[in-house]
Amino acid sequence: MTHYETILPQLYEILKPFAQDGQTLSDETELVADLDLDSMKVMEILLEVEERFDISIPLNVIPDVRTIKDFACQIEQLTEQK
Amino acid sequence: MTALLDKFRQLADAREALTQLSQDPFRVTIEQILSPTEARVNGRPMILAGTNNYLGLTFDPQCIEAAVQAVQEQGTGTTGSRMANGSFSGHLALEQELAEFFGRRWCDVFSTGYLANLGVIAALTGPGDVILIDADCHASIYDGCRMSGAEVIRFRHNDVADLYKRLRRLGKRCANTLIIVEGLYSMLGDRAALAEIAAAKREYGAYLLVDEAHSLGVLGERGRGLSEEVGVEDSIDFIVGTFSKSLGATGGFCVSDHSEVDLARYVSRPYIFTASPCPSVIASTRVALHKLRTEPALRVRLWNNARRLYDELKGLGFRLGPDPSPIIAARFGQKEETIAFWNELLQRGVYVNMILPPAAPDGGSLLRCSVSAAHTPDQIDTICQAFRSVKAALEV
Repeated sequence: MTHYETILPQLYEILKPFAQDGQTLSDETELVADLDLDSMKVMEILLEVEERFDISIPLNVIPDVRTIKDFACQIEQLTEQK
Repeated sequence: MTALLDKFRQLADAREALTQLSQDPFRVTIEQILSPTEARVNGRPMILAGTNNYLGLTFDPQCIEAAVQAVQEQGTGTTGSRMANGSFSGHLALEQELAEFFGRRWCDVFSTGYLANLGVIAALTGPGDVILIDADCHASIYDGCRMSGAEVIRFRHNDVADLYKRLRRLGKRCANTLIIVEGLYSMLGDRAALAEIAAAKREYGAYLLVDEAHSLGVLGERGRGLSEEVGVEDSIDFIVGTFSKSLGATGGFCVSDHSEVDLARYVSRPYIFTASPCPSVIASTRVALHKLRTEPALRVRLWNNARRLYDELKGLGFRLGPDPSPIIAARFGQKEETIAFWNELLQRGVYVNMILPPAAPDGGSLLRCSVSAAHTPDQIDTICQAFRSVKAALEV
């Protein structure tokens, strides 16, 4: 199992409370468009992800994160830099 | 495919919705300004309780006289950058006076406080560096961070444990890290946990910048800000401040013992590519700084007013910041309630700042007062009475 594959289920777990009723999450799910996240919710999620993976996510990378896959890739990179 | 200006549609709708509830709170016109604390708005007299004019020096006769003399002798503007057009002697004199006031070797003066943060942060840091900022920092700090190209990491507001955690994660990169906090936070008037933050900075070998915009002339025995009040000035690498609050003018500065602050002039675009401050602004600021240093009674009056308004509003049951300060913000839940309250205050002749989402911390709404040394006891009474009466009328 790759590092990415271990990150993905943990990310789904964190994002699940933000999914709409009956919505299934996949790595192509878009954080803002599909989950309807506002900036406050995004910040809340970032803090939880940072705790879970013991990383700090720079604000600079956020504009590049559109889908759950993008998010998992960023987490993978940041954990590998540790 | 959307056209260039389509993005404004959402904003237009939001403004339309707002003006259905109220007059546009962001287009209030001060028809006549009468004093540091009084104006005429919509044809009626108004007590100004949201000016940031902490020491009330905007109408000080000596500040005005100095500004008038400077206009007469040096003209209305500098018409260009100090890099291209040269510095006026007043620019250099003010830099020297600020450096001396703070006990630092170097000072750069900028045309506004916003530009000071942009200019200093973007000059000090760049790609490969890290900036650790308190989440509640001012927009000028965020914009400076973006301009720098450095990696920007937020820590939870005033959460020293979170700051430590992030410093630990950075490891050796701490040597390339600039921590940025504010002395007094502009929305709620709360202080940075500066003693602990300075200790973290020392432990990890990072650099520390404190924006004393709202604390200059307000905190510290000599008015040098929170760094002085807490007794950690030796641990602060860079202090940024503004002339637009306690000093009653417009402009900004950075003081430091790092000689690189002087070199920053050559690379700081917000310093280079804008017109330097007007002679009149520099002249009134120099007099105001002298008053800040020599008239501690101003600070005493300011704090008497601040404590009184804080205690009164707290007694009325408003949810305020954690400690008294000249920034006293009442938290509200619903935007509509906040707008209605603000309008009613205006009807009663009291002007305060209304802060709506997303500008307020935690996504809430605020009615923010800022107290001045120039407020009279009667004016503070009127402000308290207005809050009491609107609270009763709206049953909030």
